[in-house]
Amino acid sequence: MISAPDVVAFTREEELEDDLYREPPLPEEYSVPLFPFSGQGANPWAKVAGSKFTRDFILISEFSEQVGPQPLLTIPDDAKVSGTFDLNYFSLRIMSVDYQASFVGHPPGSAYPKLNFVEDSKVVLGDSKEGAFAYVHHLTLYDLEARGFVRPFCMAYISADEHKIMQQFQELSTEFSKASECLKTGNRKAFANELEKKLKDLDYTRTVLHNETEQQKKANDKGYYTTQAIEKANELASVEKSIIEHQDLLRQIRSYPYRKLKDSEFHPYEPECALDRADMGNDQDLAASDPGETPLYTHVPSYTPKLIKAKSAKCFDKKLKTLEELCDVYFFTQTLDQLHHIERTFRGDVCYLLTEQISRALLKQQSVTNFLFEDVSFLDEKPPEKQYRGCQGLGQDAIDEKCSEESLAPKVVISLGSYKSSVECVPIKMEQEMEDSEEPKMSESLMSEHQENLDYLDADIKGSISSGESIEVLGTEKSGSGLTKSESQASLPVMPSPQAGRSKVGSRRTVSEDSIEVLSTCPSESLIPEDFKASYPSAINEEPYADDDEGGLRFAPRANPGTDDGQDDASKQESLVQVDAACCIRKESPNFLEPLPELGQKPCEEDGVVRIPPQLYRPAEQGLRGGFPCHDGLSAGLLPYELDSRYLSGGREVSKSSLDECSDSTSYISSAASTCSDRTPSPAHLGSAAGDRHRKRAGQNALRFIRQYPFAHPAIYSLLSGRTLVVLGEDEAMVKRLVMALSIFVPNCGTYAKPVKHWVTSPLHLVDFQKWKLIGLQRAMSPAGVNVLHALSRYSRYLSILDADSKTLRCPLYKGTVVARLADHRTQIKRGSTYYMHVQSILTQLCSKAFLFTFCHHLHLPISEREPEESVVSRRMNFLKLQLGLSNEDIKIVQYLAELLKLHYIQEPGQGGNPLLRYDYVPSFLYKI
Amino acid sequence: KSSVQTIGEEQIQNPYTELLVLKGHQDIVRFLVQIDDCRFASAGDDGIIFIWNAQTGEKLYELHGHTHKITAIAPFSSSDVTEEETDLIITASADRTVIAWDCASGRQVQKVSCFHSTVKCLTVLQRLNVWLSGGSDLCVWNRKLDLLCKTSHLTDAGISALVELPKNCVAAAVGKELIIFRLIASSNGCEGWNILEVKRLVDHQDNISSLVSVNDLTFVTGSHVGELIVWDALDWTKQASECNFWDSSVHPDVQPEIKLSQSPHETSVQHLTSDEECVFAAVGKGIYVYNLQMKRVIACQRTAHDSSVLHIEKLPNRQLISCSEDGSVRIWELREKQQLPAEPVPTGFFNMWGFGRANKQANQAAKKMHENTPVYFLELVGDLIGHSSAVQMFLYFGELGLATCSADHLIILWKDGERESSLRSLTLFKKLAQNGDLQLRL
Repeated sequence: MISAPDVVAFTREEELEDDLYREPPLPEEYSVPLFPFSGQGANPWAKVAGSKFTRDFILISEFSEQVGPQPLLTIPDDAKVSGTFDLNYFSLRIMSVDYQASFVGHPPGSAYPKLNFVEDSKVVLGDSKEGAFAYVHHLTLYDLEARGFVRPFCMAYISADEHKIMQQFQELSTEFSKASECLKTGNRKAFANELEKKLKDLDYTRTVLHNETEQQKKANDKGYYTTQAIEKANELASVEKSIIEHQDLLRQIRSYPYRKLKDSEFHPYEPECALDRADMGNDQDLAASDPGETPLYTHVPSYTPKLIKAKSAKCFDKKLKTLEELCDVYFFTQTLDQLHHIERTFRGDVCYLLTEQISRALLKQQSVTNFLFEDVSFLDEKPPEKQYRGCQGLGQDAIDEKCSEESLAPKVVISLGSYKSSVECVPIKMEQEMEDSEEPKMSESLMSEHQENLDYLDADIKGSISSGESIEVLGTEKSGSGLTKSESQASLPVMPSPQAGRSKVGSRRTVSEDSIEVLSTCPSESLIPEDFKASYPSAINEEPYADDDEGGLRFAPRANPGTDDGQDDASKQESLVQVDAACCIRKESPNFLEPLPELGQKPCEEDGVVRIPPQLYRPAEQGLRGGFPCHDGLSAGLLPYELDSRYLSGGREVSKSSLDECSDSTSYISSAASTCSDRTPSPAHLGSAAGDRHRKRAGQNALRFIRQYPFAHPAIYSLLSGRTLVVLGEDEAMVKRLVMALSIFVPNCGTYAKPVKHWVTSPLHLVDFQKWKLIGLQRAMSPAGVNVLHALSRYSRYLSILDADSKTLRCPLYKGTVVARLADHRTQIKRGSTYYMHVQSILTQLCSKAFLFTFCHHLHLPISEREPEESVVSRRMNFLKLQLGLSNEDIKIVQYLAELLKLHYIQEPGQGGNPLLRYDYVPSFLYKI
Repeated sequence: KSSVQTIGEEQIQNPYTELLVLKGHQDIVRFLVQIDDCRFASAGDDGIIFIWNAQTGEKLYELHGHTHKITAIAPFSSSDVTEEETDLIITASADRTVIAWDCASGRQVQKVSCFHSTVKCLTVLQRLNVWLSGGSDLCVWNRKLDLLCKTSHLTDAGISALVELPKNCVAAAVGKELIIFRLIASSNGCEGWNILEVKRLVDHQDNISSLVSVNDLTFVTGSHVGELIVWDALDWTKQASECNFWDSSVHPDVQPEIKLSQSPHETSVQHLTSDEECVFAAVGKGIYVYNLQMKRVIACQRTAHDSSVLHIEKLPNRQLISCSEDGSVRIWELREKQQLPAEPVPTGFFNMWGFGRANKQANQAAKKMHENTPVYFLELVGDLIGHSSAVQMFLYFGELGLATCSADHLIILWKDGERESSLRSLTLFKKLAQNGDLQLRL
C-alpha cells in the first residue's frame, strides 16, 4: 500500500526551526526547502479559515417559479453542518449559474411543445466570501403544472476546499450523475403517469363537451350557431388540441433513450419495467397515434377522470409538487441513499482522497501481489474508471517546469483539458489597470519565459484584481472554454498555465471581497448518448464542439450566454492567437494525455515544496500488471536500482526515523491543521468507514503490543513466515484484542478473508493450522481445557504460542532485520492509523521482494540443461542475501510470501485449491518478559 | 516416564516439510493402495473408496457401492497382454460382497455377492491374471469376476492372510495353521484352474498375524505371541525361527530393559516387511530387524512408539518408516555402530543387572560374532505428527511423498517442501508462458 505519509515530504516549520538546528541535520536527499509562503500559513495545505460550515455537505435547491431559488434539503441533514452558512444566499448563487437553461415549449419550427432531454450541467463554483466552493449539478425535472413543464433543480457538493472540488471533479460528476439519473428516471415515470391522468381528464372533458355540442345541435334547429355553441366548439377544439399536445408529450417522454444507462453500473431500477408500468394506462387513442407502441394494455388503473375547466388556476395559487412527489418515493429515497454515499465518499481531506485513489489504482495493477496484505473488500471493489481518464495538470506541470517550449503546449492543453474541463480565471468585471500592467498579447516564447515568474506572481496579481463585486467565472461549461480562455487573456496577463488556473486560487480567495467564481466545466461529449443526438438535433446544436474528434477540448469561440456578445467580439482577435497556438501545438504532440512515467512519484520539484496534494494520475498502460521486472536484464545480478541493497535495507536507521516522524507530522497536519471538512476522519476507501476504523484500532493495538511485549519480533516473524500463532488466554476480550493487533501482520493465503480466527474454545487440529494463521484460543480449567493444552503441545512444531496470561511466547528464534523495522518498540508513531500505514509500507516492500524472487526465472530453474540443481540453489540464496539484502530469518519470510504468490498465480480461478501447510523443523524458544 | 526415544524439533534429515490434508472419509481409514505412479486408493470403515492424486492431493473419484466397512482391497493392474483392459481395484467388504472398480472411469465394473462369509483378504496373481479371495474358503477368480474354482469350507474364522509363492502356490494363514495351496491348470478349459491343498504347517503357537514373501526362496510369518518363522518357499520347510523378541537377554547388543510383565498384545507381530537381506518386524511397540543370513535380530528399537506399531515399511535409502496407534509416524535409519574392534565387550555390565550368569554363554557367542560383523542400530531421524488418532497405514510414494491414513478419518500427504516449491515454480513459469506474460511490457 502506498500511504500518504510516504509521499508527503518532510517540511520544516518556522517555529520548529530552532529545534531542528539542534538535531543532526537531515541528509541532503531527505531535506526539502522551506515553503516559500510560510508567512501566509506555514501549512501548505491550510485551508481558508473563513468557511462558516464545519464540513462538506450536499445541498439540493430549486429555482422555484414562485419564490425563486430556495434550498430544499442538505445532506447530512444536520443543522450543525451548515452552521451559520447562508443556504438561501448560496442557493441563489448556485442557481444563477445554470448556463444550460433548457428551452422547453414551442420551438419556432414546431407546432407542439417539445420536451428536451437536457443533459445535466456541471459547474464548479466558488464563493470566496463564504469560503465555500461547490460542485454544482443542475438538472431539470418535468412537471406538467410547471412553467414550460420544467422545474430546475440543482445538487451541490459544498466544500471549503477548492482543490478537492477541482480534483475530484470527475468523480463527483460521475456520482452526482448517478443520483441525477435516478431522480430523473423517477421523474419521467411520474411525469408519464401525470400525463396519462391528464389525458384521461381531457378525453373525458372532450366527451362531455362533445355531448353538450350534440345536444345543442339537436336542440337548435334554427340553422345558425349561437355564441354559446361557438364557444363550446372552440372549447372542444382547444381540448382536442390539448389532447394531441399531451399525447405528443407522452410519446416524447417515453421515447427517452434508455440506452445510455446500459453502460453505467448503476441501475436503480429496471428500465423496461418502468416503461411497462408507464405504458399500463395507455389508451387506444394513444396507441393509434404512436405506431411504435404496442397496444397491450389490458389493465386500466382505477382513476376517475375529472372535467377540466378551460382555464386552470393562477400560477401562484397552485401548490407546486414537492421533490418527492415529482420523483416517486422509491426513486427519491434511492437518490438520497446515493447522495449519502457521495457525502461519505468525499468526506475528508483531498490529499487523503487522492492518495487513496492513487494507491488503489496502483494496487489494482499489482494483481499478482496485492492479495497478500490488502483488504479483501478493497480489492473486490470496482473503482470509478474515470479516475484514470483524466490526467492532472499540476502533477504534470511540476515536472514540466524545466521543459522546453514544446512541452508548454501539452501543459496548457492538459491544464485545460483535465477532466475535459477547463480551469481559467475570468473576472467578469475586469480591472482596467491590470490590462496596462502587462502586455495582453504575448508571443509564445514570451509566455514560456514568463512561465516561471508567474508561478508565484499570479497569486498576488490576482488577489489584487479580484475585488469588489467581481464575479470570477473560472471556466464555464459548454460554450465556455473558448471564450473564457480569451477572456482571461484579455483581462489578465495570465498564461494559460496550470499554475495560473489552479494552484493560486487558494491564496487569492482571502483577498477578494464578494465574488462568485465559477471554476469550470463542460459536460463531456461522452455523456450524450448517440441516439439522443440523433433524435434531438436541437440539443446537439448547442454543443459547439460536436465535431471535435478528440473529444478533449473545445476551443470554438462561442458566446457565453452568461457574459454575452460585446465582450466576445472584443476579445475575439486576442483569443484567436492563443487558441490557434494551443490547438496547433496540441496536434503536434498528440500524446498529451499520456502521463509521464515519473508522474505522481515526484509531486515536488525545485522550490516547489509540496504545495500540491498528490495528484491523480493515469497509470501507464504498461504498468506492473503481471509484467516482469525485466528478467532479461536480471540475469547474473544485473538488477534495477531498486534492488540496490543500500536502497532497500542500508541506512535503515535514517529512513526509519524520518519516515516515522514524517508520517506522524503529516497525519497531524492533515487532521488538525486543516480548518474544514477534515474533522471527520477520511474514509479509508470509498464507502467503508468501518474498515478504516478497524485499521485504526488494529494499528493502535499493534502499537501497544510492540511496546508492551519485548518479544514482539519473534511473534511477528512467526506470522510473516506462515507459522500459526496461537494466542492463549482466559480473558476473551484480551485475547481478541491481541489477535486484532497481530492480524495486520498476517499475509492472506488467497483472496478469501484473512486467515485469522479470533476465538476458539475447542482443541485445535492440524486442519486448523492449514486454515488459520492466527488463532485466539481459550485457556480453560475444565477437562476440555486439558485437551486443548494437550493438542497444543502435540502440534507444537507447527505453532508459536503466545500466552497472554503468563506473558510468555514460545516460538522459533528471529535474528533478521525486517521485523525490527516493522515493529520498533521505540517508534515515535503515536497514531494507530499512521502505524498501520507504516506497517503496510514495509509489508509492501516485502511483497515487492517476494515478487522479484518469485518471478525471476533463473532463480528457480536452471539456465542451461546441464546446470546442476545445487548451482540454482546457491544462486537463489545469493539473490536473497545479496540482491534483496535479506538476512537470516528474513529469507524465510520472503520465501513464504513467494510460495503464497506462486500458489495464488498457479491456482485455477474456479477451484479453491488444497490449502497446504508448510512448516520447518526448527527449535522453539520460550520468551518471557 | 516414557522410555520412547524422542527427537527434538530440529530434524535435519526429515524431508517432509509440507503437508496436505485429504478429507473425505467419514470413518476410520484403514487401507491405502497404490494404483500407479501417481494415484492411490483409500478405503475404510465407511465403505467408501476414494481415488486420489498423490501429487496434487486432488480427489479423483469417490466410489460408493459397499454398505459395510471395507475388509480388503487389492489393485489389479492391467495386464500387458490385453491393452483394452484398464486398472482395476478389487474391494471386499463386510457386507459379503466384492466389487471391481475401474480406476480410469471411477465406475463399478462388477459386483460379486455370492459369499457365505466376509472376504478378509484379497490377493492378485498378476502372472496368472487371476485373483484370490480368502474368507472361510479360498476362491479363485479371473479378471471378469468369473469364479474359476474354490476350496471346500476351511474354517469359520476364515483366512487372515494370503501370500503368493513360486510354482503357482499360495500360502494362506488360517488361525495357527499355514496352508499351502497350489493352482493347477485344468485339463479341459483354457482358462480353468483347480486349487489343491498341498500342505499344512502347524509350527506356530498362536494365530498367524502377518505373512510376507521375502523373495522367491523365502517367506516369513509372524504370530500373536511374537514368533517369527522363516520358511523355505519351495519346499515349505522351516529355515529359522525367532520367538523371543521381548526377551532382552537374547540380544546382548541391545540395551537391556527390565519388563516385569509382557502382555501378549505387546509381543504380537503386527506387520512384517522385508528387503533382500532383512526382515523388519513390527512387534508390539517395537521394531526389530532380523537378518536372514545371520539368522538373528541385528537391531531393534523396543519401544519405537508409545503404542502398537501398525505398519512398517523399508525405504530404499536404508530408512524405515513406522506408524503406530499413538498417531505418529516415525522415520528410522539403520546405521552401523561405530565399533572399535579392540574394545572388549563389557562383560561386567550384565552382572550389574543380574543377567551375567545366564547370558555368559550367549555373550561369548555374540562377542565372537561381533568381531567380524558390523553392529547395527536404528536411529530416529524424524517423526511426522499430524494425525490425532491411530495411523493405520501409509504408502510411500518416493519423491512424491508419503500418504498416511488414520482413525481420525483423515489422509495426510506429506511432501518435501523444497521439491514442491520448485515444482510450483516450474508450473508458474509454464503458466506464465501460456498466458503470454513472459513478454516485457514496457
